[in-house]
Amino acid sequence: MRLEPKPAPSLAVTLLFPLAAIAATLLITSLLVLVAGASPLSVFYLVAKGAAGSQFALLETLTRATPLIFTGLAVAVAFRAKLWNIGAEAQLYVGGIVTVVLGTGALPLPAPILIPIIMVAVMAAGALLLLGPAVLKTRFGVDEVVTTLLLNFIVLLFVSMLLEGVLKDPMGLGWPQSQKVIAEAQLPRIIQGKRLHYGFVIAIVSAIVVWVIMKKTVLGYEMRAVGHNPEGARFVGIPVNLVLMKTALLSGGLAALAGFSEVSGLKGNLTLDLSPGYGYSGIVVAMLAMLNPLGVIASAIFVAGIFVGADAMSRVAKVPSYIADVMVATSLLTMVVAILLTRFRVRWR
Amino acid sequence: MTAFFSPVYEGEDADRTMRGSVSSPISALPIIRPFGPPSPRRRGEGTSSCRRRFMTNEPSIVLRLSGITKRFGPLTANDAISFELKRSEVIALLGENGAGKTTLMNILFGHYVADEGTVEAFGKLLPPGDPRAALDAGIGMVHQHFTLADNMTVLENIALGTQGLWRARLDRAAARRRIEQLSADFGLTVDPAATVATLSVGERQRVEILKALYRDAHVLILDEPTAVLTPAETDALFRTLKLLVAKGLSIIFISHKLHEVMAVSDRVLVLRAGRLAGERETKSTDRKELAALMVGQEVKPAEVSPVHAGAALLALDRISTARHNGAGLDEVSLTLNAGEITGLAGVSGNGQAALAALMSGTQRPTGGAISIAGHAVGDWSPRAALGHGIARIPEDRHAVGTIGDMSVTENVIAERYGSSRFSRMGFLDWTAARRFAEEIIADYDVKCPSPEARIRLLSGGNMQKLILGRALDPEPAVILASQPTRGLDVGAVAYVHRMLLAARERGAAVLLISEDLEEILALSDRIVVMSKGRLSAPSARGERTIRELGELMAGHGGEQPA
Repeated sequence: MRLEPKPAPSLAVTLLFPLAAIAATLLITSLLVLVAGASPLSVFYLVAKGAAGSQFALLETLTRATPLIFTGLAVAVAFRAKLWNIGAEAQLYVGGIVTVVLGTGALPLPAPILIPIIMVAVMAAGALLLLGPAVLKTRFGVDEVVTTLLLNFIVLLFVSMLLEGVLKDPMGLGWPQSQKVIAEAQLPRIIQGKRLHYGFVIAIVSAIVVWVIMKKTVLGYEMRAVGHNPEGARFVGIPVNLVLMKTALLSGGLAALAGFSEVSGLKGNLTLDLSPGYGYSGIVVAMLAMLNPLGVIASAIFVAGIFVGADAMSRVAKVPSYIADVMVATSLLTMVVAILLTRFRVRWR
Repeated sequence: MTAFFSPVYEGEDADRTMRGSVSSPISALPIIRPFGPPSPRRRGEGTSSCRRRFMTNEPSIVLRLSGITKRFGPLTANDAISFELKRSEVIALLGENGAGKTTLMNILFGHYVADEGTVEAFGKLLPPGDPRAALDAGIGMVHQHFTLADNMTVLENIALGTQGLWRARLDRAAARRRIEQLSADFGLTVDPAATVATLSVGERQRVEILKALYRDAHVLILDEPTAVLTPAETDALFRTLKLLVAKGLSIIFISHKLHEVMAVSDRVLVLRAGRLAGERETKSTDRKELAALMVGQEVKPAEVSPVHAGAALLALDRISTARHNGAGLDEVSLTLNAGEITGLAGVSGNGQAALAALMSGTQRPTGGAISIAGHAVGDWSPRAALGHGIARIPEDRHAVGTIGDMSVTENVIAERYGSSRFSRMGFLDWTAARRFAEEIIADYDVKCPSPEARIRLLSGGNMQKLILGRALDPEPAVILASQPTRGLDVGAVAYVHRMLLAARERGAAVLLISEDLEEILALSDRIVVMSKGRLSAPSARGERTIRELGELMAGHGGEQPA
């Protein structure tokens, strides 16, 4: 078997292959559903209904998509410059820490001033957290995959230490959780009485801003050049290390916003289960979107929909909600194959 | 068992050779046996045993390609190509870049599958798309870009892959004996214990050839083998080829250098745009006819007008650098004058790469001073070099000169995207960029589908034209052209030469680094020779003979490098 490059694919092919990928995903997960003793069709129907079948379901999906958009953007930005940031999870938690440090009454300011201050501080903290691995990479050639990945555990333990210590809520009945942020530090809900908050709007705006940066600005051009060919970029005078630093700052800042948005918009306080792996799922989201910032919105909603839908489905169909993990993982694999097939022709002999 | 290429008349091997063909007419002939102990890879009684290859009905035909056609989308890379290779014959495959030579050889070697047509080796059809089968059939290929593991020894590189997967240890003694025997037989001197990283380019090529011979190759394909060699090394290679042929091997020699083709081949196949444009006996043709067949029209050599050397535009004063793809610079002093092309000859790896990197700004000097137009420069970087008006044409278009997955537009603005022409307040002006790309495409006669096309999809010649356009458009004072025509076809070479000469006319100072001595001699007003990181004194056009230059390239003493 061998691969031969194909000329640029037509639009129809570009659109058809992702659809085929989704179909293949459903087919593969059907097998597992059958093993679990349920009917695939009804399970998929229930997942779809649970994800988008009602106003409640749809809002829940968008709420779940919000942190995924941020982490997806963080990963998309970094991967574009081939800076392998696997540490969005850590940056997210750092964002959460800064939010509760500044938002629990330390700064008695009105919301229109306090929230931007917190956001800037959150982004700065996330950016600095990724700057360390970036400096190690450019200075000493330390693999950032290792450093960013390991930082996830360090930061999580650090959060644990804070929640058992200085940040522990005295009224929390001994639970490892922080105080709630004050009303001025909370992101308002988009619809009264529903969980969807303005973090979602900030996420959408961020995606558009990142898209503009990548497409229209000098920095985006430099990042793409560095990602495609660092040696070539250096030759034409692009300051490769500086660009990697800027990329790290942008990526870390975006991931930290996920933590801010979850604490300030949804949870209210910092706990150890603030993120069920949003930082890692961000990698899937970014890859499904083929690192396109606007595509990240769609793929984040898709991934969130599967998780939310699978939760609802498991309550009715008695199929474990782990099927969601399988679906997301399978869709990533089929998508990668689909992308491969749009670019290459497979010869079997 | 230790005799190499000796006639086999008797013993166990002869029995195996003759099995089932005792009455064959060739049984009376000495059987050429270019291998010693059975290679470890050979699978016992496997039908791939090389010895059977000479039992075909047509013993003189070792390879037959019939109607090979290969299409890549709308492009037909090979169009119904057929030819035969006889035993002890050297065929030259001549053609411009993009004529389909490499595609054809990739099909022959099983890297590609032909859309139509068949490959027959020693009378047996080769299964398409199976390099292993090609290897087993005794076809060996020496690629233009070597495929050696730098961190391993010569012996390990040669024996790599010939050992059974589950054999824990390499039988070094046997492998070494065989390599030494092969080396001695074919004048391929190389130390089996040396690490590949320490070898010169010529030595690496010898290792590649040994690798093929070690695998019992009967047909040797050499892809542009002389591109990286000195004249002396080229001569040595040609002597080796003669020895190989005398011992019964057949050779396909891919080249676009006419004088080499004339020197080494028995028969020339000329490819043009995927078709077999002509086939000539080397004896009954000449360079002019071949050139015409190759490009479809006559090519005029570049005309050089008398020199009007002006002021010194760039001066290097006792510059030293770290090693960079070979030797570093060792107190090199060089002055480039306006209106003059300075040619730098030398064997690859003697410091040319370090000098090119220095002038490109990618490498800082460890000692010495650079001055441009009389002023000493301070901080040194690619941006500084560009800022001082140095245009750079890098040696490696693919890895350094361009960013393959970005568009033509994005590539042509790469050296100047920060200027006010292309950006404002951190935003790029894509309209201006695209207009500039269209200008370059028109002015430099680049063939590309659109400015949005990924530059990777362009041919080498068109890629080089874009790099030329990018570098020469701002009318630079100093031009560094590092191997600017390597791998280009005749038409593109002439174009590059014309552009360099035009820049010289306009008063630019040009440094031409090339391993092609003919190119240096044709274009340079002054010639300097680099050896082991040091520069010779410059000589004016015609002052030194090729032989004298060759001696300088080999390091003053006139000895050839080992």
